[in-house]
Amino acid sequence: MSSLQGYVDRRVLLILQDGRTIVGMLAGFDQRSSVVLSNSTERIYSADEGVEEVPLGLYLVKGDMIMLVGEIDAEEDEKIDLSELRADPMVPIRY
Amino acid sequence: MLIFSVFKTLTDQEVTVELKNDLCIKGTLKSVDQFLNIRLDAIQVLDEARHPHMMAVKNCFIRGSVVRYVQLPTSAVDTQLLEDATRREAMNQNKR
Repeated sequence: MSSLQGYVDRRVLLILQDGRTIVGMLAGFDQRSSVVLSNSTERIYSADEGVEEVPLGLYLVKGDMIMLVGEIDAEEDEKIDLSELRADPMVPIRY
Repeated sequence: MLIFSVFKTLTDQEVTVELKNDLCIKGTLKSVDQFLNIRLDAIQVLDEARHPHMMAVKNCFIRGSVVRYVQLPTSAVDTQLLEDATRREAMNQNKR
């Protein structure tokens, strides 16, 4: 099925419903799409400064809070200079 | 359950998913589950200049509850069949 199985032990980008983005290694997940990330860092985007990276460590995110989980292509990710990247934070979900 | 079945017939089609924060993601539909969570491959974010967050992401899992629309290729849907099936399902639900 459309589970997160293929992402286990991969570096993933997690976008939360409030627009926050967290990068980390997917350690596990459950049927309600709650996930556990190890070695995670939050990437804080802003329009007038580069991306700030805040280390979070081991993180559990409840399924309800998740917008999207994406697999990170390590090569592509290294090409991006986060300190030079200017962007508004992801827009939060509105029901 | 009907819509779940419809989505299952649409795997490997190119779709555009619009989320409830107006973000549009185009990609190949890889799989769907009973919550209508969606797996997309070879994704492309529309208006990437404004949303560079996912530049290094090639495939993703989208939670069903944040999806507003899924744009489907017209050729992949038999509209008449879908219309009949949805009406039949609605009739059956009313009977219960």
